[in-house]
Amino acid sequence: MTGTDDRGAARGNKGDWPLYEVFVRGKRGLNHVHVGSLHAADDRMALTHARDLYTRRNEGVSLWVVRSEHIAASTRDEKDPFFEPSADKVYRHPTFYDIPDDVPHI
Amino acid sequence: MSDDHVYMTLAEGHDDDTRWAYGTGFEDPLHGVDTGVPEGVDVRELAHVCVALADDALVSAQRLAEWTTRAPELEEEVALANIGLDLLGQARLLYSRAGQVDGTGRDEDAYAYFRDTDDFRNVRLAELPNGDFAFSVVRLLVLSSWRLAHFERLVDHPDPVLAAIAAKGVKELTYHRQYAADWSVRLGDGTEESHRRMRKALEQVGPYFGELFTAYDVRDEVVDVVRQVTEAAGLPMPVYRPLPGAGRAGNHTEHLAPLLAELQSVARAHPEATW
Repeated sequence: MTGTDDRGAARGNKGDWPLYEVFVRGKRGLNHVHVGSLHAADDRMALTHARDLYTRRNEGVSLWVVRSEHIAASTRDEKDPFFEPSADKVYRHPTFYDIPDDVPHI
Repeated sequence: MSDDHVYMTLAEGHDDDTRWAYGTGFEDPLHGVDTGVPEGVDVRELAHVCVALADDALVSAQRLAEWTTRAPELEEEVALANIGLDLLGQARLLYSRAGQVDGTGRDEDAYAYFRDTDDFRNVRLAELPNGDFAFSVVRLLVLSSWRLAHFERLVDHPDPVLAAIAAKGVKELTYHRQYAADWSVRLGDGTEESHRRMRKALEQVGPYFGELFTAYDVRDEVVDVVRQVTEAAGLPMPVYRPLPGAGRAGNHTEHLAPLLAELQSVARAHPEATW
């Protein structure tokens, strides 16, 4: 099958299916949003599982799945140097503009 | 486009839907469909078609629901239950239509819960026990391919309600068939054990395969789909060995009665109950 990553399937046992993170686009024009994770043997199965687990109540128009191990994440230890410096710089926020009433999603 | 504003365009069609995660904006598949029966449509025949297709769906849904808590993976359990619920939805619409046109005025519950085994018109393949996961996958492949081929034709049926039900079902069945095809290839082309089980499942389906093609001319199409999948999976085609009788004529295996007994037990114990 195309798009299949064989590493997970080759491991055999069902308990060894790798973890995937799932992102759903709720509607046209919005970003994909992380909604959760699931286990699947390959990319194709991850997409179908995501469809069944996360979009069956009419939540989405598009799905992304990505192997969790492929996500690089910041760590707790880095919290202060990463995020603390942004807390006191109000001038970085574009809060001094008037947003027109007909601009949604801001 | 009614508005030149780029953001309005992006949000078009979702004016009052600012939430994304709660499943808003459901559509009624029969919205705007005229429920009158057009001239020239044989209502007896129409009711028979609706009941037969509804029985297939109801019995299949019950078998799929039996996988709940027993499927090999939590994700598969949800997938199988979803497919069952799609079919249950089709059954409800079809029973309701049958009750509207056959003159009895029965509601969907009357068909599902208050008919006996002999009155059911589902094909026997649908009522066979689940067996192992391989058998359920093979059965789903055959039944969803067959039902999809039917529904694609019924989209042009002169009865607008049946046509609308079919149009809705086509999308669902396309997914069911894809799910079953994915798993058929995965298992057939998987381990020695999964291949062996798929072979056995195809043998078990064989006797019930021919029964599907008595009423409607979709045989070539369905055989072609099953052949494509089995070839990709490195599996043989199911061998057609006809069994006497037909589920469409009310002939059933010994497995249907216990299935219905469980399905109907609550409704029959509390006939006046509402839910």
